[in-house]
Amino acid sequence: MSDISLAVEGLATRIDTTAGELRAVDGIDFELRRGECFALVGESGCGKSMTALSLLRLLPEAGRIASGRVLLEGHDLLALPEAAMRAVRGRRVAMIFQEPSTALNPVLTVGRQILEVIDRHLGIGGEEAKVRALALLDSVGIPDAARRFDEYPFQLSGGLKQRVMIAAALAADPEVLVADEPTTALDVTIQAQILELLARLQAERGMALLLITHDLAIVAQMAHRVAVMYAGQIVELATREQFFRAPQHPYSRKLFDAVPTPEKRSGELAVIPGQVPSLLGEFRGCRFAERCDEAFERCKWVAPSLVALPGGHLSRCLLREKGPAAPPGEVTVLAGKRSSTAGESDVLLDVADLKVHFPIRRGLFKRTVGHVKAVDGVSLQIREGRTLALVGESGCGKTTVGKAILRLLAPTGGTVRYGGADLAALSGEDLRLRRRAMQIVFQDPYASLNPRMRVGDILAEGMRALGVGGDEAGRAARIGVLLDQVGLPRDAVERYPHEFSGGQRQRIAIARALAVEPRLIICDEPTSALDVSVQAQILNLLRELQARLGLAYLFITHNLSVVEYLAHDVAVMYLGRIVEQGTVDEVLGSPRHPYTEALLSAVPQIEGQRRMVRLSGDLPSPANPPAGCHFHPRCPKALPECARDWPETARLSPTRTVNCLLYRASSAASIN
Amino acid sequence: MFAYIVRRVLYAVPILVGVNLLTFLLFFVVNTPEDMARMQLGAKRVTPEAIEKWKAERGYDKPLLWNAQAGGAGKATQTVFFQKSVRLFAFDFGASEDKRDIASEIGERMWPSLALAVPVFLVGLAVCVSFALLMAFFRATYLDLWGVVLCVAMMSISTLFYIIGGQYLLSKLLHLVPISGYQGGADALRFLFLPVFIGVVAGIGASSRWYRTLFLEEMGRDYVRTARAKGLAERAVLFGHVLQNALIPILTGVVAVIPLLFMGSLLTESFFGIPGLGSYTIDAIQAQDFAVVRAMVFIGSVFYIVGLILTDISYTLVDPRIRLQ
Amino acid sequence: MPVLLATDVLVWLLVAAAAGYALYCRRHAHLAAPWARVFRSPPAIASAVVLAFYVGVGLLDSLHYRPQLPQKADGGQKAYSVEVLSVLDWSLAHLRGRNEKTYSAPLAIRSFAREQVELPGGKIAREFPRLQFGGAHLAKEEHWASDVGWRVFKGLGFAAAILLAAAIGMRILRVRWPEVPWHAAVWALGGVLVLLMPALVLSGGYHVLGTDKVGNDVFYQALKSIRTSLVIGTVTTLVLLPLGIALGIMAGYFRGWVDDLIQYVYTTLNSIPGVLLIAASVLMMQVVIDRHPEWFATAAHRADAKLLVLCAILGLTSWTGLARLLRGETLKLSELEYIQAAHALGVRGGRVISRHILPNVAHIVIIAMVMDFSGLVLAEAVLSYVGVGVDPSTSSFGTMINSARMEMSREPVVWWALATAFCFMFVLVLAANLFADAVRDGFDPRVRVGALAKAAA
Repeated sequence: MSDISLAVEGLATRIDTTAGELRAVDGIDFELRRGECFALVGESGCGKSMTALSLLRLLPEAGRIASGRVLLEGHDLLALPEAAMRAVRGRRVAMIFQEPSTALNPVLTVGRQILEVIDRHLGIGGEEAKVRALALLDSVGIPDAARRFDEYPFQLSGGLKQRVMIAAALAADPEVLVADEPTTALDVTIQAQILELLARLQAERGMALLLITHDLAIVAQMAHRVAVMYAGQIVELATREQFFRAPQHPYSRKLFDAVPTPEKRSGELAVIPGQVPSLLGEFRGCRFAERCDEAFERCKWVAPSLVALPGGHLSRCLLREKGPAAPPGEVTVLAGKRSSTAGESDVLLDVADLKVHFPIRRGLFKRTVGHVKAVDGVSLQIREGRTLALVGESGCGKTTVGKAILRLLAPTGGTVRYGGADLAALSGEDLRLRRRAMQIVFQDPYASLNPRMRVGDILAEGMRALGVGGDEAGRAARIGVLLDQVGLPRDAVERYPHEFSGGQRQRIAIARALAVEPRLIICDEPTSALDVSVQAQILNLLRELQARLGLAYLFITHNLSVVEYLAHDVAVMYLGRIVEQGTVDEVLGSPRHPYTEALLSAVPQIEGQRRMVRLSGDLPSPANPPAGCHFHPRCPKALPECARDWPETARLSPTRTVNCLLYRASSAASIN
Repeated sequence: MFAYIVRRVLYAVPILVGVNLLTFLLFFVVNTPEDMARMQLGAKRVTPEAIEKWKAERGYDKPLLWNAQAGGAGKATQTVFFQKSVRLFAFDFGASEDKRDIASEIGERMWPSLALAVPVFLVGLAVCVSFALLMAFFRATYLDLWGVVLCVAMMSISTLFYIIGGQYLLSKLLHLVPISGYQGGADALRFLFLPVFIGVVAGIGASSRWYRTLFLEEMGRDYVRTARAKGLAERAVLFGHVLQNALIPILTGVVAVIPLLFMGSLLTESFFGIPGLGSYTIDAIQAQDFAVVRAMVFIGSVFYIVGLILTDISYTLVDPRIRLQ
Repeated sequence: MPVLLATDVLVWLLVAAAAGYALYCRRHAHLAAPWARVFRSPPAIASAVVLAFYVGVGLLDSLHYRPQLPQKADGGQKAYSVEVLSVLDWSLAHLRGRNEKTYSAPLAIRSFAREQVELPGGKIAREFPRLQFGGAHLAKEEHWASDVGWRVFKGLGFAAAILLAAAIGMRILRVRWPEVPWHAAVWALGGVLVLLMPALVLSGGYHVLGTDKVGNDVFYQALKSIRTSLVIGTVTTLVLLPLGIALGIMAGYFRGWVDDLIQYVYTTLNSIPGVLLIAASVLMMQVVIDRHPEWFATAAHRADAKLLVLCAILGLTSWTGLARLLRGETLKLSELEYIQAAHALGVRGGRVISRHILPNVAHIVIIAMVMDFSGLVLAEAVLSYVGVGVDPSTSSFGTMINSARMEMSREPVVWWALATAFCFMFVLVLAANLFADAVRDGFDPRVRVGALAKAAA
């Protein structure tokens, strides 16, 4: 037998939509070898998930496989009758999905969902099956498996749920595991755990792993071979080493350039203009030609086929007919860094000891029995024209901080000083009129614009409410300027949000915030719903606006690579409190708090791996945080006294503070 | 959980007071007791004395909401509103126009009502869930399509026609069962078959379609795809995964109705001459017997609230997400 | 003399509102888009055609006047009859006036019941007498079959002619709106015309659907009942919508004690069994109306007031479902980011509701409106049966069923009044249900609006 486990030949998948037939997957070929991790990488809408579903014949009802073969050990899965296919699913080819919280049946226990696979495919029942299931739970790193066996999915954290999914998928010892964005819904420290688990299991069992992802860094960490998908086709296929040394397709190269890294801080990120073409129609030339800056006349007319380059590297590009491209040049790191020391500009916003507690009510008369301390004493300062990044995992309270500063939520305590007034104490009309100073840009570009309002009305709304821009004519003129500033055509005024893509909507949201001439914009994960190429456009825009208008940003994110690119200062949050604060170079360059260290080491890197600091367990509930230092149960460097008191703030440099017993105020000087 | 239920029960008190106030306003403020007396007595016998006598017999001879003559607390208690309301809360409904004790009448008529409503409820539930499952299993086929068409058509027929048509077809043309009437004991079966049958058929359209929507909604969820990815057969997916989830809204929706079964079915009972609470209500409406109507309104609200509480309890029983939190 | 009944005013207001809404939609692409989706569905188009027929009849029946009495010789003041007629009555004058003595079967020329007839020669016999009007033009009874056949043929001819014209018209429309399944419209129109045109031609000489106990033409009654159903189904929503929208959005937007209060009110209302609450309210209002005969100029005005009151009561007792739905939706919307952004921009509460919340729940209101229609039509029948529906003098499907159901026990059965009411109602409710389904699918398939007025307990 060859070492090829699964071979895909000319697979084409169509989806019927109201607008017509969508060519989601348009003739792709690849093979999965035994014991290898093969990564299928691409941006949203490129057809990578549909490819995965096609392999298992699990397409949604509107979808169908138009042509192609999927050979498992030489037998075509697409030719099997449905009953025989069912014997393959879960037994020989298993799959795990992106969203573990919806992919598990909410009303069945964890144990049952694993047992049914064992029962279905191995015909084992009773105690023996349970023993097997417990062993599986154990092997995917679920602590206290016997207890978890009888629990329901909602009682498990996201990371544990994904482990259960993996256990169920592996229950019948499949030869091939298809993992569709298995870590996208998870936090970065949990993502690191899951990726490590997958790599370990794959090596132990000699499975073929088809890993579907949009994250080049994950590919770099996990894959043996890589295929890049664009608009329903594979445009590049190579080994990991080949691919990361010298990507051979202009699209792949652009993707690398669009990823923000600290080296690129001084300049603009590369952007891919335009967007992925609609897959509704037929294509004549190269699908990437419109967005490619290396395109030439022939690209419009001749559809390129995969060109084989030395070493089996494949690239779907006419340019490669002349031979392989050289590895991209080193990114020149400019010496002159931007202002990295604080104190040059005035403090714009001074948040002191901000608290947001949500009461927990129980019992007969709904008495308050406790509080969810979403934000528990956060102090930070934002200076004119600078960016403060607020970093943390989901549930740490970073979004709540942003909303409390804006008074979209009522703070429980603390002060928010802006221009001599305490915003936290204002209300009514006083507060309303001060709203000009600060605005917000949200994460979800689809939920952040009212679908029933024209763009012009969306932009004018704030100006009308706060009396900015004079009369109607003045406002209309200002709307034109705003659209120019965010790079949208002026005729957008008359159009509705649904006519714009995600990136364009985010530009509208930025323009809406800018409309009232704020000094500070709170950006709440503004790029995390966007593809990397579009993210680059938005990050560039934000930087450009800051330079031109002198805006300050509070940039709330979990994405550390964005922080490295955009921010001046960083505050790291854990469970409602800030654990470390300082300039970007200080905090990301030499993290001091164990949590910051762990967070940083968990981020997958394209080039070179950091030393991993692995965190065990999950984020505890903010309703019942651990005593003392909230982080101590997960902390690899915890001392016995960490469980006693919340550590004092230690100032390590004029700009950096840490809350950790390792850096007690007295010893701070010696460490520094 | 216990505290939660106690709170729901306590919440029932203001609701019942509200219901009471509302019916009181409807019955005694929109029209004064004099108007009612005139109407009940008929045009011929209306004399001031007769009106006074009618009011005194029924306890309507006090001021409605505020008794200025009485002293102390009596200002509020010596009123029609207070007297009538307090009695309702003690389940003392007084007497109907034909001078029968309403409470004992209700106690008697409850059983025929239940004898009709419970089988309709149980059989109907079984039939509708099965039919909906069938349509969901064969979704996007002609069976499903025509099933839905049948449901919509059945929904479009008034209950009145089901009853009249069923009576005509089964009793008159085919002489299968008695057309109407009721007897206790084993004989009841003969009389109940037709109304139960009609009650079930009349409910199929709306319920089946609703359950089908629930099933299909569940079938679109991610965990169903996971189950298929495990290699489970469609049947196992439907019964092992979808059914459990879809039954949660179905069961809890159904539980809310259970207490209302006591109220009987207005139309079926009155058409078939079944001496239950439904026909009692209809007769009271047609005879404009307000004491009975008020009593039934009160009982209805009590049952409704009991239904709400049962719904909450049933949620915690069938849904682990609520049970364990 | 034209007469404006209260329900007429509301009906025409609704027509104007619908027309205004249609114009507004045409100018706003995102409002027109869901309607375009609705009208791409063949069942929707077909049911819309059927509904248009009902609405047409209903509207004709909503233009009322009092006919002028024959002028007195001295040319004094014009006098008007106390009878209020509608344009429909006028166009169907031949049906309205020609009452038989009692029952007669559809298309019959002889009475349904035997009567004692004095034969020429003084003898008295019991036989089925010829009807006064039904088939009175026939010289010999043997001509009946050929006459009926000829009339049906003539009716079908008319139908074919109109259908041909319509089919040509559709061809033109198809150019303008190619995505609309016009063939479904033609089929539905064909169905309506094939039934309606022969019936109209036949009604010139016969009682097409027979007569009822007091000799009224059943076909005429059914046509008159249409308006009642439409009024109940639409005017009720005029009461229901403002309450449901205002209270639902307020509860969801302001939360806190406003929410508690509104929830309390609708739980209280909901806890009273629907029919009982409606019945009690109707009984009370009837007492009020009966007590004040001086409020109403004519009997028609009084019957109309009862109809209006019934609508109001149905509306007042069934807004809770919509309010609960809108409350939930508003709660969800207020968490959405564009509403948060509006707050951050200092937009005032009232404006947030009118610009952000209302437009984004409008589809639910529209769906609720069309979904409720059929429920209300069915409810009317049940209420009229129970005796708390419309005035007995108002034609409605409920009163028709109520007066006809006793006759099922006669031998032979008097089936036609019941069958007529059944067919007219079934077609109306079925069309409304199909249309409502299409509207829901076009606007938002996830919205669940049950029939709010579940009168049949």
